[in-house]
Amino acid sequence: MSALKQLTRTIGGARWLSPLLLLAVLEAGSRTGLIPERTLAAPSKVLATLWTMTVSGELTANLYVSFLRILAGLAIGVTTGVVLALVAGLSRQGEVAVDPLMQIKRTIPTLALTPLFIVWFGIGETPKIALIAFASIFPVYLNLYSGIRGTDLRLLEGARSLGLSRAAQVWHVILPGALPALLVGLRYSLSISVLVLVVAEQINASAGLGYLINNARDFMRTDIILVCLMIYAGLGLAADGLVRLIERRALAWRPEIVTA
Amino acid sequence: MDARLTQFTTVPSSPTFAEAAVRLRGFTRSFGENTIISGLDLEIGAGEFVVLLGRSGSGKTTLLRTLAGLDPVDGQDVTVPSSRAVVFQDARLLPWKKVWRNVALGLKGANARDAAQDALQEVGLGHRLEAWPLTLSGGEAQRVALARALVREPGLLLLDEPFAALDALTRLRMHELVLSLWRRHRPAVMMVTHDVDEAIALADRVILLDGGKIVAQERITAARGAERAGIAPPLRQRLLSALGGVVEERPADVVALHAGARP
Repeated sequence: MSALKQLTRTIGGARWLSPLLLLAVLEAGSRTGLIPERTLAAPSKVLATLWTMTVSGELTANLYVSFLRILAGLAIGVTTGVVLALVAGLSRQGEVAVDPLMQIKRTIPTLALTPLFIVWFGIGETPKIALIAFASIFPVYLNLYSGIRGTDLRLLEGARSLGLSRAAQVWHVILPGALPALLVGLRYSLSISVLVLVVAEQINASAGLGYLINNARDFMRTDIILVCLMIYAGLGLAADGLVRLIERRALAWRPEIVTA
Repeated sequence: MDARLTQFTTVPSSPTFAEAAVRLRGFTRSFGENTIISGLDLEIGAGEFVVLLGRSGSGKTTLLRTLAGLDPVDGQDVTVPSSRAVVFQDARLLPWKKVWRNVALGLKGANARDAAQDALQEVGLGHRLEAWPLTLSGGEAQRVALARALVREPGLLLLDEPFAALDALTRLRMHELVLSLWRRHRPAVMMVTHDVDEAIALADRVILLDGGKIVAQERITAARGAERAGIAPPLRQRLLSALGGVVEERPADVVALHAGARP
């Protein structure tokens, strides 16, 4: 009897139960015809489509195109953000020169620049990469900049009392101290880059996840749309996991990780 | 200058320390209207252990920061050794560097790790080389800070209330440790504290600072330990009354010395 109780408690406390239940309801709704396929494809259909698209290479090829866009955009955006944050964070003149421009940039929603970027860069890869780069600058800039400015002055003074040069202080105290903030910024930049990718790819794309979605919309293929949404979610999860991995390695000194 | 040197024991008053490690002449420091230190003369001999006593706001930390080179001296007559090291009340270890890297911070050359290891063994932490600073106890962190200071073989060791945050037993152990390290390395030491007993237990000379001026000094020549414990009670009484701790017993001459001080 107690074993049964144990079982019900285990099942009752499982967090995967309600999503699974939702999937079952959707599946049942589709099978009975309550939910038409042009509204929402059945989960089993979505899985089958995912499988066919993977096997045919259609999905992987388009995912690769999207992945390259994110990679190029992030590489440009994060590098720019880090450099600007170092300039503004480490010198007074740098702050005066850079920070006002960044604050102005912050007030412009990146996606509102899409028309301008199309005028400037055409409809090829460039405007898409530029949009992602532009959007991912700011989170990295803001977090690293405030991380540098938030350096523990007592630690800095301790290093100074040992006769460390300014360059050594920056290297040993300021930058490692600002690293957690940089990683927070990086996490924001990664999720924003996926967001911008979704929109950027729906403008005149001939390949990529956004292109797949647009095409599927024209043919009312809700199963393909759902597959692409799953891939977007997967991209977001993977980006988060990547930063977590970096954090675990780079911030091993933190007590919550040390004692774990 | 209204400082006076009280010779507590019968030992001759000639200075024991031939060369001065630290020399300040008429040193003044103020922040805006606020004068923290005014016209201070101070000499600390090479290898001398000086303890600076004073209440909060007496200027003792400002003086220590000046000697540490953390505050500008604005061209005043201040002589300090080129090699100095500070141990603060909070150990100020870099949490992202392992213990031995904290000790070796700023050391140059290939044998920095060996030097750090030796210093850590001296303070009894040879087994925690690879530990993260945030996993250390308060006493251990302070011992690492001591090792980090001494590995540089400083001519002047500055201690800013280094044991104030430790429990009584740990503090006594740290006193032993500081004395043994001091005997081995012989830096001039200036330690800031407001603990009179700590001052008596450690110092060659106790300096009382009030209102940015030296109001009294006591040279203690009795050997540290049992002999010193014997002479401690009257000395403690005098220091406390000079600090204003026991007002009714304050001798007239000390009151006079306070005349120029802030209320």
